[in-house]
Amino acid sequence: MNSTKTTGAQAVMKSLVAEGVDTIFGYPGGAIMPIYDALYDYVSTVNHVLVRHEQGAIHAAQGYARTSKKTGVVFATSGPGATNLITGMADALIDSTPLVCITGQVASHLLGTDAFQETDVVGISMPITKWNCQVTKAEDIPAAIAKAFYIAQSGRPGPVLIDITKDAQFEEMEFQYEKCTHIRSYRGRPRINKSDLEEAASLINNAQKPFLLIGQGIMLSNAEKQLVEFVEKSGIPVASTLLGLGAFPNDHPQYVGFLGMHGDYAPNIKTNECDVLIAIGMRFDDRVTGDVSRYATQAKVVHVDIDAAELNKIIPADVGVHADAMEALTLLLDLVQEKQHTAWLQEFKDAKKVEVETLAENAKELHSEELKMDEVIRMLSEITNGEAVVVTDVGQHQMMAARYYQYNKTKSNVTSGGLGTMGFALPAAIGAKFGAPDKPVVAIIGDGGFQMTLQELGTILQSEVDIKIIILNNRFLGMVRQWQQMFFEKRYSFTNMVSPDFVALAKSYSIEASKVEARADLKEILLEMLDHKGAYLLEVMVAKEENVFPMIPTGASVSEVRLN
Amino acid sequence: MEKTYTVSVFTENSIGMMNRVTIIFTRRHLNIDSITASESEVKGVFRYTIVLRTTRDQVDKVVKQLEKVIDVLKAFVHEESEIVHQEIAMYKMRTESLTNGDVEKVIRKHHARILTVDPTFMVIEKTGHVEETQLLLENLQPYGVLEFVRSGRVAITKPMKELRSYIEEL
Ligand SMILES: Cc1ncc(C[n+]2csc(CCOP(=O)(O)OP(=O)(O)O)c2C)c(N)n1
Repeated sequence: MNSTKTTGAQAVMKSLVAEGVDTIFGYPGGAIMPIYDALYDYVSTVNHVLVRHEQGAIHAAQGYARTSKKTGVVFATSGPGATNLITGMADALIDSTPLVCITGQVASHLLGTDAFQETDVVGISMPITKWNCQVTKAEDIPAAIAKAFYIAQSGRPGPVLIDITKDAQFEEMEFQYEKCTHIRSYRGRPRINKSDLEEAASLINNAQKPFLLIGQGIMLSNAEKQLVEFVEKSGIPVASTLLGLGAFPNDHPQYVGFLGMHGDYAPNIKTNECDVLIAIGMRFDDRVTGDVSRYATQAKVVHVDIDAAELNKIIPADVGVHADAMEALTLLLDLVQEKQHTAWLQEFKDAKKVEVETLAENAKELHSEELKMDEVIRMLSEITNGEAVVVTDVGQHQMMAARYYQYNKTKSNVTSGGLGTMGFALPAAIGAKFGAPDKPVVAIIGDGGFQMTLQELGTILQSEVDIKIIILNNRFLGMVRQWQQMFFEKRYSFTNMVSPDFVALAKSYSIEASKVEARADLKEILLEMLDHKGAYLLEVMVAKEENVFPMIPTGASVSEVRLN
Repeated sequence: MEKTYTVSVFTENSIGMMNRVTIIFTRRHLNIDSITASESEVKGVFRYTIVLRTTRDQVDKVVKQLEKVIDVLKAFVHEESEIVHQEIAMYKMRTESLTNGDVEKVIRKHHARILTVDPTFMVIEKTGHVEETQLLLENLQPYGVLEFVRSGRVAITKPMKELRSYIEEL
């Protein structure tokens, strides 16, 4: 690119444009004003979404990245602006979401002086970013941004932060942009070791009861197609982690369900009955494994992950394959024999029947006139054909959505998995819509979590974001209440929730809204919501004390999953 | 079983590197016994030598986490038998203590050397393993040690590819 004289702030914008950025979520303030001034010249080409709180900006950027496959970009000012990004960075790191956060910083001569709105954000964010740096000279800006995008997107994706001092934003420099394609101390794409895959294939080919667990890594490496081919050829049953939902069509006959604490009965118990466990792009989170000392000890384990530190971290692998999921699946596809595991697959179906019957029994015990969360989710799934982007918050409704929405499309599930951040869904749904403008985006949120970031209704109003919001109102911090009921003798310590009139609240933001209590009205109102042009908030009054089952209590083994 | 391990970390020379390295240990609640850092034989590449007591399993995981840090080129873990290691210690004493012939004997016995002698104080240096520098300290203490300082461990590994060849590989 030809070099021209620009300020550091303009260089930020030019660099972002060079990286193909067309959407930014942010909030201005003193230390980032020169960048906002430069942004003003790009209003026709770059869409900046003004949020109501920086946490909203970063969760929106996460939602955007998760549905679009692009890197989410965030602007925030120094001090409180920067610290408001912390939760989102931690969330994005643990859930492998590519983000580039740009924060303004006080002028370099003021660093370390406790200047107004000075915070050591580089120090604070070190353990919760994949990489971060501070730039104090304009000339260093393009290279820092190039490096940031390269790091955020490659390998196991994650958030990066660039802190730019105000003087660097004002300073003039010769602009020149070169994309980063190599860092000598970092390898995004591992060199695959073919013999590992041959070993893996031989285990798979000799297995009687092979079982495949998939995670978000499938989607991050765009391996959805290879996965289906591999699964169909090998005949192996497939189960998914929370973040992996959508990577494999849930209506596929070999899909056997959702793993973990509130996952399905069949995949949990079969984990301890399979002979070869193949895990791809997942990290054996404790919510998936339960007690690790009693997890799949009978099985040979094949673990494929792009992050070497994940191999043997929790579950020792008989064959650890350090590889990108797509590359590994492509190679494995040729190595595995064509097979069917009909009887083994039938075992999953039989176990599923036990689950369905027991849960139906449980449901009878609750007052039947009250709506249940699962009914709402099932109905939504049915009328959207499992094709909406579903963004969930954290709690019972999240687990219900994971259990009962039939995710048939990739990148259609946006939720805070590793960190479990309440308040994630509303802003993430905003970002998800910008990332997938042609798909319906439905946020499913609890009455508690909604009140953590409800200020983003203002963003929906100002930026005219067409998302549908369903509040499943059980008048409790339901998930915590469930634990209190089960493990703390029903001592409901500070879990009852008094809420405002959500319908009136939405309407005050000019967002169409309604409330439903009766089963008979549910379908019609869901259809009305989905047909509505523009944002819509639907408050659904659900049973107060519904519990999520199945459940693996903390410390129990996957084979001890409880149905009631 | 807990043992003493020496971790060698090769890094780029970027700001905050020490912090990036140490927080990996902090997060796992591991206490670092000693840490030293200096430029390696390759210009611009820094070498950290970290000593800690922990289990093999923990230290292996730590090494993988260290290698995840973007500016870390390579990290290795070594058991005591795999390295040659050394520490340096300095002892400040009153010069007049030398007029007592016993101090001279102590210095000779320990193969320590006198770095400098000022009219009022002198500085003695001793390199060796902790036990050796510690013993000298104990032997000097009866004559009055004004100041004592000991470095962290530096270690050279016995079996290892040359760093240069690793960097070329990258
Ligand atoms: C920021 C944050 N604070 C606290 C928690 C702990 N927590 C997990 S689930 C939950 C209850 C959520 O209640 P609600 O949003 O009403 O959803 P429900 O479980 O009722 O569906 C709480 C408090 C959390 N996950 N995140």
